[in-house]
Order: sequence, then C-alpha cells, then structure tokens
Amino acid sequence: MSEQKPKASRQAFGEALAELGAKHTDLVVLDADLAKSTKSELFAKKFPERFFEMGIAEQNMVGVAAGLGLAGKNAFCCSFACFVAGRFETIKISVAYSGGNVKIVGTHAGVGIGPDGYSQMGLEDLALMRTLPTMEVYQPADELETRQIVEYLATHRGAGYLRLTRQDLTPVHGPAYKFVPGKLDVLAEGKDVAILATGGPTFHAVDARKKLAAVGIDAAVINVPSIKPFDRDGIATWATKVPLFVSVEDHNVLGGMGGAVAEVLAEVAGARARLHRHGIPDVFGESGEPEDLYRKFKLDADGIVAVVREQLGR
Amino acid sequence: MDRQATIATLAATCTRLRRDILEMITHAGSGHPGGSLSAVDLIETLYSKHLRQGAQRANDPTRDRFVLSKGHGVPALYAVLAHHGYFSRDLLPTLRKLGSPLQGHPVVGTVPGIEACTGSLGQGLSVAVGMALGARLDGNGARVWCMMGDGEIQEGQVWEAMMSASKYRLDNLVAIVDSNKAQIDGLVKDVMPLESIEEKARSFGWLTTRIDGHHYGHILDAYEWAEKAEGAPKLIVADTIKGKGVSFMESELVKWHGVATNKEQLEKALAELDPEVLGS
Repeated sequence: MSEQKPKASRQAFGEALAELGAKHTDLVVLDADLAKSTKSELFAKKFPERFFEMGIAEQNMVGVAAGLGLAGKNAFCCSFACFVAGRFETIKISVAYSGGNVKIVGTHAGVGIGPDGYSQMGLEDLALMRTLPTMEVYQPADELETRQIVEYLATHRGAGYLRLTRQDLTPVHGPAYKFVPGKLDVLAEGKDVAILATGGPTFHAVDARKKLAAVGIDAAVINVPSIKPFDRDGIATWATKVPLFVSVEDHNVLGGMGGAVAEVLAEVAGARARLHRHGIPDVFGESGEPEDLYRKFKLDADGIVAVVREQLGR
Repeated sequence: MDRQATIATLAATCTRLRRDILEMITHAGSGHPGGSLSAVDLIETLYSKHLRQGAQRANDPTRDRFVLSKGHGVPALYAVLAHHGYFSRDLLPTLRKLGSPLQGHPVVGTVPGIEACTGSLGQGLSVAVGMALGARLDGNGARVWCMMGDGEIQEGQVWEAMMSASKYRLDNLVAIVDSNKAQIDGLVKDVMPLESIEEKARSFGWLTTRIDGHHYGHILDAYEWAEKAEGAPKLIVADTIKGKGVSFMESELVKWHGVATNKEQLEKALAELDPEVLGS
C-alpha cells in the first residue's frame, strides 16, 4: 500500500494531463462546461491555447475532437460519463470509424456521483464503448493507476475511453505498480473465490478480502483496469484456479466488465469458475450520498462480503 | 487559363463526371444519384481550382481538407478524386461491392482523399471545425471546406458546430450547403422547413452568400470570396437541382434521392450527357 491519500480519479486525471501537456505538445483538451468538475481546468490553466471550451454541446465537442485528431492532434474530450458517452452515434462515426486520435473521458461514472441522481449517472457507458471496433476502454482504481493510464493514452494513437470517478478512491497499489494495457492486475492471491473489481468499488473489494479472511474465506482480488483490450488469457487461467468469480462494478451488470468476463468464460474449455455478476442490477440509480448508494447496491466492503458469502453458501 | 476557358473545361469535365456517377451507381445497383448530381459541379470546381491539395499530397499535414458531410453524395467525390488521379478509375465500377475500397459512404483510409467517415448526417461540420482549429494551432494556413445537404442541416449538431466555429472565428472554414430542396420523405420545405438558411447562419455569426450551384462563374466567385473574407467562418448556400443534367430526374426530385438507375434509364441519361456539348 502506498503512502498516497485517497483521491478521485478525475483529480488524478486532471493533474496528470496538466503535467503531460508540456512534454506532449500535440495534446489538446476539450470540455463541455464541466471543466471545473472533470478537472480538465488544470490543463486549461497551464495551456489555454490548447484548451477548447465547447459549451453545453457534447455531440459537437466529440465531433470537433475528431477533427482535431484527424488534423494530427491527440484530443482529450471531457464531460460526465453519461453525457459524453451518450453522444454514441457521433463517437461511433466521427471518432471510432474515422480512426480519429481521440480520448473520450467520462468522469463522475456510476452511482458514485451521488445526490444528482440517475440522470447524471453513467451506468451504461462501458457497454456502449466496448462495442466500438478500435475503441480501447480503461477504468483506473486509484491515483497511481490513473496517472499511468493517462500517460499511456497521451502517447496512444487511436480512440480510447477513460472512465473516472467523482468520489475519492483509497489507493490499492504500491509505488512499484506498472499498468499494462490488456492485463489483469492481481492485487491479492486466493483460492476460494476471485473478486474481479474495476473502478470505484476496487478498494472496497480489497477491504472485503480482509473481512472474508476473518470468516475463513480465502479471496483473490483482481483489479480490471483494461476493459478493452480484455485479458482473455488471464480470465481463462484464473477460471481453472478458483471455483467462483464475483465481478464487482459500479455499472449496469449488463454489458459492463462482468459482461466481458461472462463472454470469455462461456468460451473457455475446462473452466472451473462459475461467475456471479455484481453491480447495478439493471435498475435506475437514484439520489443519495455516494457511501449510502454504495451500501444500498452492496458495492462497499460489507456488501461485497455479503454477496461473496451468499454465492459460496458460507 | 482565362476564365471562359476555365468554365468551358469545368462544364465538359462535369458532364463526364455525371456519366461516371450514373455508371457507378447503375453498376452498384444502389446509391444516391440525385444528391450526387446536384453536388458534382461544386465539388469539381473546388478540387480543380481552389483546394490546395492533390493526389501527390493527399497526406500532407498542411493540405486543405474537404469533408463531405452529406456522405451519400460520395459517388460525386469518388468520380472527382479518380479524375484527379487520387486512385485508378478502374475502381469506380466496384462501388458498393463487397471488398471494395469505394464504400457506400465515405471511409477514411480506403482511398486517398477521403478525410472523414460521414454519412450519419449532421456530423461533418463538427469534424471540419476541429480540423480548422488544428490548422490554426499549427499555423499552416490550411483551409477546411465542408459540404452539407440542406436536409442534413436539420440535425441539431450542425448548429452546435456553427456556434463553435463562430466563437473561435474560424475564417479558415468554409461550409457549402448543396441546397437541392429534396430529401427522402419529400421536399425539404415540407419535411422540416429551413429557410432562410443564410439568415440563420448570419445570426450564428457567419458570413454568407447564396449562389446558383450549377453556374461555374458563380461558384468560382463564391470560392474566391470565401478564401478572402476574414474574421468569421463562411457559408455558401448553393441552389442546386437534384439529379441535375438528367431530365427525368430533375422532374422528380424526391424519387431520385436514393434509387439507382437501371441499364435502360442509364442509357437514357447518358444520351443527355454528351461531353461534346458544353453546359452553362
């Protein structure tokens, strides 16, 4: 565990982008009247000539980012996950199909946004983005990982989606951590169950492991920062090592990370693991404090413990 | 070349391009002849006289760019690009065939000269705004031209793009509306009336002009104006005729939006498109 304090991945993103702007002069950033919230303002303050405030007009922002990408820039295009990923048709044609060098950044993902309620919650963005050919999809679990993914995206030529949180995330990585696109990140080994977590709930899964140990359950915790490319081999390997997978995500269980795991498991010969997909169970979100919502949807440590115990019958 | 000779050459060339367009679409058995024929004079005049690029510099980062937002009109663009040597004319009969680089709507990277994937209407102007911003950041003086259909500008994203182009005073951006007055379900004025397009654009901070989109002198003048006018993005509303040059199409604007000519209709059309007989 590192000495770093909890930090929202949107904050880490803004800081990383502002630092990378000096080295990567092709970086340009666009926002749609949410720069203070997405933290793209940190870049805007340092590099005003490469920041474009596009107003409350996200589909145009996405299209303009595509044009900047086609003109040789690396365009980071920021808003809440629900608003930016909601401009799917423009992302599909102008960005992904055009091979544009655009990074769609969706902050305030999941029920973790809290009191604003369902209309502001990106709960289907992973499902949308991972259906687009060429689109890479990442979701970091803490500050260090966020910084490394942003650094990767600052050099990656092509389309990418980065899913970030409003709420603070407790670090799950030590300073030696190295993010590898397309690879699972094993935080702890275990033999009874593998908890596959991504984004906001990941550090809760780490806490859940300790609580499960206290009742004699040996849980592996695997962070899944790379939703696409997806580590099919890693999933296949783990499917022979444990009897149960529990996927944990602040996203609709349909089409998200758990969906990606299910697709792989269905195709793996000799898989031992059964999968339980845990997340937002195909219902709308609602207003509430983030921690209350995490409790309600069993995305906090106690909730994850309860789900795992129920699935194991122990 | 003096102006009269230029216009005569454009007229002869565009007649040949019209033949190419109809042959392509007939061979494909599907496609959009009406909006291709309405746009071809505007596109050919741009490529032959104003667009600072060419087959040899189709990937030059400092090139002018042309985004065909009304992607269904791409047979006109393919015909023009082939005419200017961006790719072999032998490809034209492969339009819309499995495995062909000539997709039914424009796709980046299939053939040189296609700058953006379009065809989902209303997206091209935003992309062009981004390209114009990119050119400005690079200080390379490149211009970006974007052609839309008049029906297409019913999409709200177009007006978002207009706002942003105006905010950033993109005088290196020129939008052309191929105003052929018809869309799939009927006449534009019935489906969703738009006029006056220029008044709307001016209220969004654009400089505008309106021309006859089949009159080469008007087109040349408008393009020259668009290159010179400073301080704001420019819009050229070009009044055109869907199916221009083919009498049975001009008399049934809506019908020929997305219906391919059969062999018999092609022969009838080609008989009217004699490259030896020069147009306007």
